[in-house]
This record gives sequence, structure tokens and C-alpha cells, in this order.
Amino acid sequence: MARRPILGLFDSANSAADAGDALRQAGIPDTDVDFLTDAPYPEGAFGEREEKHRLYIFPFIGGLLGLTTGILLTSMTQVAYPLVTGGKPILSLPPMAVVTYEGTMLGAILFTVLGIIFESRLPKLKAGLYDKRITEGYIGVLVNTEETQHGQVETALGQSGAVEVKRESGQ
Amino acid sequence: MQEGRTLSTREINRDLLRSILESPRWFWPVVTVLGIILLVAAIAIGIMVNRGLGVTGLNRPVAWGFFITNFVFWIGISHAGVMLSAILRLAKAEWRRPATRAAEVLTLFSLMTAMIMPIVHTGRPWRILYWVFPYDFARGIWPNIRTPLVWDPSAILTYLTSSTLFVIIALIPDFAVLRDHTTGVAHRVYTLLAMGWEGNARQWKLQITAGVLLSALILPVFVSVHSIVSWDFGMAVAVKTWHSTVFAPYFVVGAVHSGVSAVAFVLILLRWCYGWQDYIRHEHIDALGRLLIVVATGWFYFLIMELLFGMYGREADELAVRGLQFTQWPYNAWFIVFVVTTYFIPVILWLSRAWRRNLWIMSIACISVNIGMWLERFLIIVPGLVNKQVFSFTWADYAPSPFEIIIVGATFALVTMLMLLFSRVFPLVPLYDVKEGDILKTEVKVGRRTVPATFRED
Repeated sequence: MARRPILGLFDSANSAADAGDALRQAGIPDTDVDFLTDAPYPEGAFGEREEKHRLYIFPFIGGLLGLTTGILLTSMTQVAYPLVTGGKPILSLPPMAVVTYEGTMLGAILFTVLGIIFESRLPKLKAGLYDKRITEGYIGVLVNTEETQHGQVETALGQSGAVEVKRESGQ
Repeated sequence: MQEGRTLSTREINRDLLRSILESPRWFWPVVTVLGIILLVAAIAIGIMVNRGLGVTGLNRPVAWGFFITNFVFWIGISHAGVMLSAILRLAKAEWRRPATRAAEVLTLFSLMTAMIMPIVHTGRPWRILYWVFPYDFARGIWPNIRTPLVWDPSAILTYLTSSTLFVIIALIPDFAVLRDHTTGVAHRVYTLLAMGWEGNARQWKLQITAGVLLSALILPVFVSVHSIVSWDFGMAVAVKTWHSTVFAPYFVVGAVHSGVSAVAFVLILLRWCYGWQDYIRHEHIDALGRLLIVVATGWFYFLIMELLFGMYGREADELAVRGLQFTQWPYNAWFIVFVVTTYFIPVILWLSRAWRRNLWIMSIACISVNIGMWLERFLIIVPGLVNKQVFSFTWADYAPSPFEIIIVGATFALVTMLMLLFSRVFPLVPLYDVKEGDILKTEVKVGRRTVPATFRED
């Protein structure tokens, strides 16, 4: 049986949280429910599942790559064009540290940004079930579940005070 | 610090998207005037490129003048944005919310403007590629990474890339709002930019974590950039008054001083231009004023240290440059104007709560700081070069030519125009941040008083 989305729109955080409870009581696993909002709510405001991510690994990988690139770029440049200036050594560490530092930070930041996009599951190429009123302050409770459970879900959403319950067009 | 009324999401969208969805009457005439100023500057640059740097007031030994002064000035302004946004984000300061985006965008545009100045200063801008990236495999010429003039572009490019990404990441949720409020081509463009953002719990968690993580990563870059800009001078042994160990922190604090003042002024302008009284409130400008008292005093301390350590050793050359700064016309007059406008006028104004909340007085104080900070850079760069040195076969004073004045003046028009154009397509106050502030806002009863409070997550 195919899994299809169903979206309930709520005009208050309390009723959206009630919908979350009702869905749980109806046996819908937390992993099938998403709360769509136009602003960040405190974690757990809707009783939603805790989201795990690995974002903190990204800056470390990027930083290491940047550090390596910085060391290679500065040391190879100096060795390739061995011009002695001011009696300083060809492989002079203090100036290498500056460029290497910038390289490390750039690598860390670039990878962090890639990490944010990747971990946020963006870009989402295929638009899912959505309602523009979410960016007008409504809270969307999106349930991705078996079609056989749709009746149950619709009842749970309706009883919790959904302003509207939407299914994908063509259903 | 929660003086404003709680606004509905619809009101927030309507107010903060007004600059995008409907063009104010003054908008295009102002952009046209700014465009004309930029056109005049472009013609001036064209003539300068055609005839050479001889049309400027630059000479031997004063090879750095208005252009490099202006470069350092705009780099300084760029420090406010990310500093303000990152530190306040990390400190979870509630009053940051309306200020962060404008501050970050000001960072971007002032950095871009700053980068134009050395390119113009070269006199032959098309050759910049050979100077900045001379990885010439055919001739075996490589950059000398021992010079701060190579560290500088590496730091600035890192800062520009980081700040741009910082702004873009924070814009994604607002792109989604714009996607839902537009039609036609604009809708298609915002849909593409929003990348399918739907605002689920995972995306918000990542967005908030990203704000904190990127802030923590950008702060060390921000400190390094102005330190390295200061080393353009500090590492030059030959020029007296430039070779100072205190320059890096002195430049960083000075940059924060001028930058935060600029952000305060931009916020006041935005409030006036777009009627954002409910978002950019007196409490925000007041808070910036109080922050600026601390920053200004820190900067003043470094100024005293720089002068004290410069003169205490009584080196003849150092004293000669100081003599030039303090006693010789017009440098002595500029020096007095610099100290008075950078510290005494603004700090006296900021000490009064009523004056901090008066937007006219705050505007005067913020403009005063930036007049002074521009002069500071001029008084660091030029007198050191004007001073006659041992074995120098030529020396001369410096006076900027009309070409330099036009080009430097036009950079202010450029930043203003870029900010205005940005506000026409993207929100300059982050919608989701303001909305989050309203969600977390509450009131607490303490005895007989009901005081505004905010819930803060760890």
C-alpha cells in the first residue's frame, strides 16, 4: 500500500500540539509526523521527535581540508619561487600561518554551509504537500502514512481543531 | 527590553515585505540620483585609468592617500555586521533580532566597496589578476606570501565568502515567505532560492544551530581581517608610526566602533524610510548606544596606548611624525577634529538615556564617529609617508585631487544604493527572527508590576 501525505492546518500552537498527541494515540509513529511552521518554536513544543544531526562533523572535515590546502599552497609557493628577502628563511612559518589560518577557517565555513544544506535535506526538488498559509502563521501537521490510515489521521486532526485538512490533489 | 507590542504573523509579513512587494515613491528617484553620482565616479575612474595616477594627488613618497584610507575605512565598517550579529546571537541578546540582517548586509556591501579601492588605486586595474593571483606557471612567478599584501586578499576573500554564505543561509526561510507571497517570475525566482524549504522541526533546528555555529566560526575570521589590514602598515618597518605592535587590536576595536555606529545609523534610516517603528524601536537604538560607549572607550584606550608607546621611546623619526600630526597645519586641525568627533561628541551624547532614544541625536553621534574614524585612517596613513626620512631623495606633502574626492565620495553612494536595491528584493529585517521573538515573548508578574520577559532556550 502506498504512503501518501495528509496535512492538517492549525491556527494555534496548542491545537497543533494536541493533534500530535492524538496522532500518537492513534498509533501513528513520530517519524511519520512533521510540524511545519513559519518560525522556530522551542524544541518539543509540539511533542515532536528529537531531531539528530551530524552538522558538527562538517566544520572539522572542512577545517582539516583547508588547513592542508593552506600548508601546501604556502609551502609549495615558497619552494617553487625561492627568493630570499630580508635574510628570512625560504620556508618561513609566521606568514604561512596567516594564509593557512584563513584557509582553515574558509574550509570550515564552506563545509558548515554544505552541512547545513545537506542535513536540512535541501534542496527539496519535488514539492510536497504544503499550504501557503503556513507562512501566514498557521501550523501545518504533515502526516506521511499508509492510505489505509488516512481516515484515522483525518479524524485525529479534525478533532484537535484543524482549520482544514488537505490531501494531495487527485485523491 | 521588550517594549514593543506583540504583532501577528500577518502584520509582520505585511510590514517587513512592504519594501519588496510595493515600491515606495521616493525609491527610484533616490536610486537614480545615486546612480548619477556613480556614473560621475565611473567617468573619473575612466579618466584616471586613461591618463594615469598623475591626476591624483599621490606622489613620491606619499604613494597611499585617499583610496587606501577609504579602503581601511570600509573594511572597518564591514566589521560591525558580523560582529554585531555573531556576538549578539551567541550571547542570545534578545534585542539583536531586527538588527542582524541589516548589519550583515552592510558587511557585505562595505567589504565589496573596500575591495574596489585597492583595485582603483593600482591605476591599471586590469592587471590586478597578475598582482593578486600571480600563479604564472609559464614564467614561474609566484606570490611572495611573506608580504601582508598577499595575506590581505586571502583574509578579505575568506571574510567576504563567509559573510555572504552567512547571509544566504539566514535568508532561506525568508525566501520561503517571499515564495508564498509572490506570483509570476518573482515567485519562480524565490521558489528556486527557497530550495523547497517547508519549515519543519529539523530545518528549524539546523537553521538555529547554523546561526550559532557560523557565528562562532566567523568571529575569529572577523578579528583576523582587520588585524591583517593593520599589518599592511604594522609590518612595514620603514615607515615611522606604522610599525606598531598595538595596531592589530587598535584597528579591530576601531573597526567595531565605526561599524556599530554605521549599523545604528542604517537602522534609524530604515525605520524612517520604511516605517518600521514596531520593529526597530527606541530600545534597540538605546542598546546600541550603550554598547558603543564601551566600544568607544576601549578604542580611546588603544589610541592613548598607541600615542604613548610611540612617543615614550623618543625616537627622532617617530617624534617628527607626531610633531607633524599635532603641530603642523592642516594635520593638527584634522587631529583635533578626529579625536573630538570620534570620542568626545558621541560619548557625551550617548551618556544620556534620553539622547540615546532621540533618533536625530543618535544619527548625529553615529555620523560624527564615522567622520572621525575616516580621519583616523587618513592621519595614520598620510603623515607617516609625508615625513622626510633618512636618504629620501624626494619628499612632498599630499592633497587629494578632485578625482580622488569624487571617487571616495561615490563609494558612500555605492553602499547606499546597494543597500536600497537589496531591500527591494530581500527583507532587511529577518522575518523569522522577529516572529520567533514574538513567540517567546511573555509577561511575568513581579509583586505589583507586570514586566516583559522572554523565554530563552539553552
